Amino acid sequence: MESARALFPVQASTVAPRVDNLYFFLVAVSAFFAVLVTVLIIVFAVKYRRRHVDEVGAPIHGSLALELVWTGIPFILAMVMFVWGASVYFAIVRPPAETLDIYAVGKQWMWKFQHRGGQREINELHVPIDTPVRIILTSEDVLHDLYLPAFRVKMDAIPGRYTQLWFNATRAGTYHLFCAEYCGTKHSGMHGSVVVMPQNEYQAWLGGGVTEGTLAQQGEKLFTDLVCVTCHSAGSGQRGPELTGVFGSTVELANGERVTADAEYIRESILNPTAKIVAGFPPIMPTFQGQVSEEQLLALTEYIRSLSSSGGTAPAGGAAAPQPATQPDAQPQR
Amino acid sequence: MSPDITPTSTASATVRSAGAVMPARHYLNEQGGWASWLLTTDHKRIALLYLFSITAFFFLGGFFALLVRLELLTPGGDLMTSDVYNRAFTMHGVIMVFFFLVPSIPATLGNFLVPLMVGAKDLAFPKINLLSWYLYVIGGAFAIAAMIGGGVDTGWTFYTPYSSMASNSKVLTGAIGVFVSGFSSILTGLNFIVTIHRMRAPGLTWFRLPLFIWAHYATSLIMILGTPVVAITILLLAFERVLRVGIFDPTIGGDPVLFQHLFWFYSHPAVYIMVLPGMGVISELVAGFARKNIFGYSFVAFSSLAIAILGFLVWGHHLFVAGETPYSALVFSIISYMVAVPSAIKVFNWTATFYKGSISYETPMLYAFGFVGLFLVGGLTGLFVAAIGVDIHVHDTYFVVAHFHYIMVGGTLMAYLGGLHFWWPKITGRLYPEGWAKLSALIVFVGFNLTFFPQFILGYLGMPRRYHAYPDEFQVLNVMSTAGASILALGYLLPMVYFTWSWKKGKIAGDNPFRAKGLEWETTSPPPTFNFDRPPVVTEATHSYAHQEARVV
Repeated sequence: MESARALFPVQASTVAPRVDNLYFFLVAVSAFFAVLVTVLIIVFAVKYRRRHVDEVGAPIHGSLALELVWTGIPFILAMVMFVWGASVYFAIVRPPAETLDIYAVGKQWMWKFQHRGGQREINELHVPIDTPVRIILTSEDVLHDLYLPAFRVKMDAIPGRYTQLWFNATRAGTYHLFCAEYCGTKHSGMHGSVVVMPQNEYQAWLGGGVTEGTLAQQGEKLFTDLVCVTCHSAGSGQRGPELTGVFGSTVELANGERVTADAEYIRESILNPTAKIVAGFPPIMPTFQGQVSEEQLLALTEYIRSLSSSGGTAPAGGAAAPQPATQPDAQPQR
Repeated sequence: MSPDITPTSTASATVRSAGAVMPARHYLNEQGGWASWLLTTDHKRIALLYLFSITAFFFLGGFFALLVRLELLTPGGDLMTSDVYNRAFTMHGVIMVFFFLVPSIPATLGNFLVPLMVGAKDLAFPKINLLSWYLYVIGGAFAIAAMIGGGVDTGWTFYTPYSSMASNSKVLTGAIGVFVSGFSSILTGLNFIVTIHRMRAPGLTWFRLPLFIWAHYATSLIMILGTPVVAITILLLAFERVLRVGIFDPTIGGDPVLFQHLFWFYSHPAVYIMVLPGMGVISELVAGFARKNIFGYSFVAFSSLAIAILGFLVWGHHLFVAGETPYSALVFSIISYMVAVPSAIKVFNWTATFYKGSISYETPMLYAFGFVGLFLVGGLTGLFVAAIGVDIHVHDTYFVVAHFHYIMVGGTLMAYLGGLHFWWPKITGRLYPEGWAKLSALIVFVGFNLTFFPQFILGYLGMPRRYHAYPDEFQVLNVMSTAGASILALGYLLPMVYFTWSWKKGKIAGDNPFRAKGLEWETTSPPPTFNFDRPPVVTEATHSYAHQEARVV
């Protein structure tokens, strides 16, 4: 097993076998053409080697039939590869409706993970087996890329934007977690592991050592500490929109445009409040650029998101089953 | 592997040198002194100026490659610091791409041969040709200054916002080097296009042109259309880095992914700037050493144009994991597959050319065989990275590193060395030592495969590129790769030694030692300053050997 693993990566997610099957098909087609061309060249080179100083080749100018054959066959094969590649790709990029969401922030040079239950990890990511997990990614500084080779997935973490990747792990174990987008001095040190655990062990892990409350509770505390609450709470004379039920809804802006209040929108509204003013409110909110970190932004977003889901905030300690994202959720892909 | 091949041996008796004499006056001896070189407007002398300068950059870039490979011999990252390692792979990439591969074949062989092959006295704008070399040298000086001043650590791709806001290295100096040298490539492209349109000899119609010329024509189109885009991109990068204008950095209102779109809009077509001239060289070598016209001439010619045009529409395949929408990924994937078709057409037509040829195995032909083999692997693994589902896994890993080295080193460099051997007698009037040359071709082929084939496996295992330290389980394959790189270095040093030796000591070549067809072989070796003693007239298609047979027999 170990020697086999030295030449081929372990398959530990539902998409891994699909990626590998396409890979084997590509290897087979490539090997066929490589051998075909090599053998033909060797046969011709030997058979038609020059036997006399003055000898010249036969004046053969071409064959339309052959040109059509070796244009047509590669074209058809290329289209098969394209369609197959695209179908595997859609399996990789389209998460199922219900996922366990984990937030990841890349920064020089570490990965910070935040679970909705409030647990935080650095360069280590614990996930349950047989559960669709969605990682929502962003970056605190430059480009990074979260790469999980055992799952055959990777996605760039881009500053100022949310991206996502998802996987459904099928084998318990500890696998590599890399940064795959060059990010400066300690790029190769931005390397850790993803730990796939059976459900019961995962629940036990979630239950251990959490003191700050769920991510939404941490966000609620920030909401108070940053005095967001003075303007964004229900009551007479409120100066900003009340946020209950906002997440996932369609918001009408002062300029008449309609946008979906997703994570990207919430983030922009905190950092650059005048970009998209909600209809009926004055543009008076100050920017929080430089005052809140990406992780705090995620906590605030999680809190605002919790105001829209019927169950309220996730239970403390996250001991209950993970909350699926039931809303028409953040659309990190642009 | 006898170093001497005399006309009396029958198997590969094509190199005629006995009794050949050097012409009394030729472009090398008609004028002397430094000024006659530094102020020359002769395309052949400018080609040699380029040859010396890109060779210097090639060995400098190779030195950095060896540093990288030595560091990766062990997993721990223990030979140099991360900062030094990051500078080593960046300088390797910047120097090899912008100061070796892009100018390699066009600026040396192209400069030397385009006027000769079309039967002209010089390029259309000889002074602009000299200017382009000076721009290259100035650009190169900036790159060297960046290196001496502490190096650049962004990778050759200069991705933002790292390059614009975070890096503490000499990004600006290095980028100015790339910017300035870009103009040298624009001017070379312009010169080729005008020369090919306006200065062909009487009777040299478009479809009688050597395929080398078609390939350089397609390359020149990319040079003049693509290079300005990278120049603009570098200016925008400089604005942001120096003036803090928010273009790419999101904290001041920019978009980091915009840089990638702009950069690859040039840099993907730039891959074809590197490989198309190589394909042109291979067409000449295959025709010359099979003594046969290229099978499916017009398909090979138009496939160069198809590659040049489609090459501009595939930049987004570098952004499959950069947050591109799935639908644009689909478009870029299908167009990338379209590029595979004209590349396949070329390979099949070269293969068919061997059928009923009269094939001999001099060094240039060995490089041509090597090119076809390595380009095949490079091209076929392109199918892997064009499949989006597989690319997600292998993107930014050693799989991609291996893939583009097979194309750019296995393809372009093999063609460059093959072409250099083929036309060396024309350039210098002397033969290279055949035995040593065959040996070095073999060493290069073996060393190359040992260096880069293990990297495909490493990449699929998941080893990311640009890693200073890596997990232990990747070590065996990395040791193989480093061993291969040392062999490869020997294979590159050998030609350097025997070419230098043959410059003065090689056998006198004669006008046409390989008895190949083409206008360049109808003048003396080396040619006179204005190429032809009397203006050539063309009466037949390129590489029409059957007629020659009628005359010889």
